[in-house]
Amino acid sequence: MADATLQHDVVGHGVPGEYEAPLFGAYSKKVGMWLFLASDSLTFGALLFAFSYNRIYTVPWPTPFHVESIINATIMTGCLLSSSLTMVLGVFAAQRGDRAWTRYWLLATMIFGTAFIVLHGMEWSKLIGEGLTIPGFMTALGVAAPKSTGEFADISRNVPQFPQAFFGLTAMHMLHVTIGVIYLGVIAFRKMFLAILGVIWIAAAFLIPSGNVFHYPVHALGIALVVAAIILFLKPKDYDAHDVEVCGLYWHFVDLVWMFIFPLVYLMSTKI
Amino acid sequence: MHDVATHDDSKGQYFWVWGALLVLTAIEVVLAYKQVFAAKRMLEILMILSVIKSALIIGYFMHLKFERALMRWLLVISVTACFIIMYFFFFPDAGRVMPPPNGVGLP
Repeated sequence: MADATLQHDVVGHGVPGEYEAPLFGAYSKKVGMWLFLASDSLTFGALLFAFSYNRIYTVPWPTPFHVESIINATIMTGCLLSSSLTMVLGVFAAQRGDRAWTRYWLLATMIFGTAFIVLHGMEWSKLIGEGLTIPGFMTALGVAAPKSTGEFADISRNVPQFPQAFFGLTAMHMLHVTIGVIYLGVIAFRKMFLAILGVIWIAAAFLIPSGNVFHYPVHALGIALVVAAIILFLKPKDYDAHDVEVCGLYWHFVDLVWMFIFPLVYLMSTKI
Repeated sequence: MHDVATHDDSKGQYFWVWGALLVLTAIEVVLAYKQVFAAKRMLEILMILSVIKSALIIGYFMHLKFERALMRWLLVISVTACFIIMYFFFFPDAGRVMPPPNGVGLP
């Protein structure tokens, strides 16, 4: 990859060493994002290793995911894979300088990402309602008491490692997807997205019932709103093709992590 | 200015990669649904398929295939080395299989 801003002959050399050749031949934002993703991959790597450790260590490991859960997770996988394609098309549109299509493709990516979050949230609510909980954690969140009998309640009681590993890993991923959707919104819509995010936050806060596990966590959207507002107002800029490409790197990474979570967590715990 | 994604590649290859990822996902689901292999062999096969899928995503969607060789190899080797170290930390201990605390078997 070469970039005009990186060529030596177009920058000054007043201070020796100030404009050294970029080591990786890429602009700094992209190298920064790659380094962040490398470090984040170690975070997810540790979680996936911990999940695998629990799975090997604990005999017998529960296999609670019925056909409906597998179908749901497969649709979620399809959403993320499709969102990666629309993201690539968005990067192409940005590099063509086609603002309208960049925005459309980024919006399509956000829709797929939101579909993933909603499907995952529904799956979580169903599992929790059927008794798959982390002991003590649900009480802290003010979630209504789930079933105390049945397959999932037995798993929570006998193999608490399963809900801990499952919710820990998938919550971390869901948080990343949520941040990704907000990041895309900021890049695509800039300050207009603040209003959209505010409406979604308020609507979600009123619509999600108090007994639901997402009733309090949804206020993370409010925190995201404040952070996005600080970024957009303190450093207002017109996001260019580089910003779209860097945002795309983050989004593809989120997709990449799911390619390991899906088989390891869901497919290896099927109950057909 | 020319950029990372404006080399000779066409958009078509990204649709092929997307299709390949969907097909590999379908193969994974069918293998798990039909329970074709025993658990250990199934894990190995699913992880191999996942590594292929992640290589497609990193190489094409994230364009690492088209980056400078130094960046490509430095990222891949450093992250892979960290995972190998993690493997040796975690798994020798995980082999100490313990029964569930109350001895109650689960399906």
